[in-house]
Amino acid sequence: MRTLQKAPDEPGFVSDQAAAKIALVPPGRSGSLGTVFADAVFRSAVIACALSVVAIVGLIVFELLTASGLSLHKFGLKFLVQSIWDPVRDEFGALPVIYGTVVSSLLALLLAVPLSLGTALFITEICPRQVRTLLSTCVEMLAAIPSVIYGLWGIFVLVPFLHDHMAPLLARYLGWTGLFGGAMYGFSMLAAGVILAIMILPIIASITREVIMAVPQQQREAAMALGATRWEMLRLAVLRNARTGIFGAVVLGLGRAMGETMAVTMVIGNTAKISHSLFAPGATLASVIANEFNEAVGPMHTSALVELGLALFVVSMLVNAIAQFFVWSVTRGMPARNIA
Amino acid sequence: MVNALAVGAVSLATLVVLTPLVMILGTVIIHGMAGVNWSFFTQIPKPVGEAGGGMANAIVGSAMILLVASAIGIPLGVGAGIFLAEYGRNFYGNIVRFTSDVLNGIPSIVIGITAYALVVLKQGHFSLLAGGIALGIMMVPTVCRTTEEVLLMVPQSIREAALGLGIPQWRTTLSVVVRTATAGIVTSIMLAFARVAGETAPLLFTSLNNSFWNWKLSEQTASMPMQIFVYSISAYDDWIQKAWTGAMVLIAMIIFTVILVRFVTNRGMLKGAR
Repeated sequence: MRTLQKAPDEPGFVSDQAAAKIALVPPGRSGSLGTVFADAVFRSAVIACALSVVAIVGLIVFELLTASGLSLHKFGLKFLVQSIWDPVRDEFGALPVIYGTVVSSLLALLLAVPLSLGTALFITEICPRQVRTLLSTCVEMLAAIPSVIYGLWGIFVLVPFLHDHMAPLLARYLGWTGLFGGAMYGFSMLAAGVILAIMILPIIASITREVIMAVPQQQREAAMALGATRWEMLRLAVLRNARTGIFGAVVLGLGRAMGETMAVTMVIGNTAKISHSLFAPGATLASVIANEFNEAVGPMHTSALVELGLALFVVSMLVNAIAQFFVWSVTRGMPARNIA
Repeated sequence: MVNALAVGAVSLATLVVLTPLVMILGTVIIHGMAGVNWSFFTQIPKPVGEAGGGMANAIVGSAMILLVASAIGIPLGVGAGIFLAEYGRNFYGNIVRFTSDVLNGIPSIVIGITAYALVVLKQGHFSLLAGGIALGIMMVPTVCRTTEEVLLMVPQSIREAALGLGIPQWRTTLSVVVRTATAGIVTSIMLAFARVAGETAPLLFTSLNNSFWNWKLSEQTASMPMQIFVYSISAYDDWIQKAWTGAMVLIAMIIFTVILVRFVTNRGMLKGAR
């Protein structure tokens, strides 16, 4: 009598144990109506969550545009080039705060880029393997410290230090540049630049690390095989290949520096005036919003502040998009080697 | 010789970078320890001039705001992450990915303005809810991107095996894939927490501050970063001392979280740090 059971040596044989396990899952279940419905519900729920992310950004743009409507209507684009910020007479011009934002961010970049490049090179190429995780964790802890604590430290440690020790030195040796004139009260553009530099160090360093690790090992080996020293190898094989990504990392740091609020508010002195000296107090887009929003003198004042927020949003979105593009063009398809 | 100079310069750069970290942590701990006592953790602020008082309401307020933020940020973030990993390997997924990165880069004060316009203006007063919404919005991109990464690391063979056994698509994703990746998702939530726990700017115009206990969603609430800010720009030594101690408590919680996550998974707070 032929049975459906196959002998152990025939193809398609299924042992008793395996047959018992397969029988636990009723056949034909996967196509039933209830499952199709449940699949559709799950898929819609998940798509709704993803769409909500897009909706949130849309909402932000919408609210910024509506709330700044008054000011946009009255001043238009001239808002960006006028210099008077006078809440009493309802005259608002954003030029001093834009100047403050640009100068403090550029100063921060000037200080942070060489340091973070050096740190990234050190961590990925030079330091011994055992120390790598420790060092990269330390750099990351700089990113974990909240902005308000940077500000607290800035007020009580950095500002007195700059006022007592750095200002006379800078005025004496670098005063010829015209950047270090005038009285120094401590709360100044210089202090803001230094604190911002410390805050953007970890971002630039970590993305530079990722970009450096994406450079193929063959490039390094080829340079060494041609007789290059360590530094020449780093310069020619690594940095040259990674320069697009490093540029992207720097621009990302710039974006972060422009949006930073609390630490800057606490050390910059909050005076909306343009001055050529780094010792003078200043104001940035974010710091002016933080200071004046809750005490805004009227609807036009609030609207002007929201327009500052809109300008900040547009600029940081542009900067971040450019930076992501550069970083992506170097690291795509090349997962970072897990060294540390 | 140039080589030796260059290597020396690079090592020096690293030392210079580590110095502020040591200085900041050291200053916060040294100044903060002086003010640690039982009343700091159990009492609400007292009027200036009276001894004692503390930040108890700020600690509890921060916890409540973070709870509201998590209620918004975690479901949306994990859901979007699941979408990107399972259904989003296409053009629409790229749009969501790009938008999430844009949201990540928006300065926190702009998100504060949005929450102000959305919630505070409509309600007519500052509230805990508005602060929670602002922080929740900030949590979404971190949770979303990290969840996507973690889900992508689950081997495709596990999905195929589950589907091959007849488990429906939705059940596969929830009970098999997400369950395998639970540790990673938990770490993404912890990282998002650590990031928003210290944010002050969004709270400036949403939940403001409060010198008393508050248990209602619709009232303004004290929070640790706001209290530290108000105290540190004040003119009273007692308040400044409390600011240092509050900073120490806040930093201890955040750094503990970051180190724990780093120790367990090698995943960092910055997207590029792996």
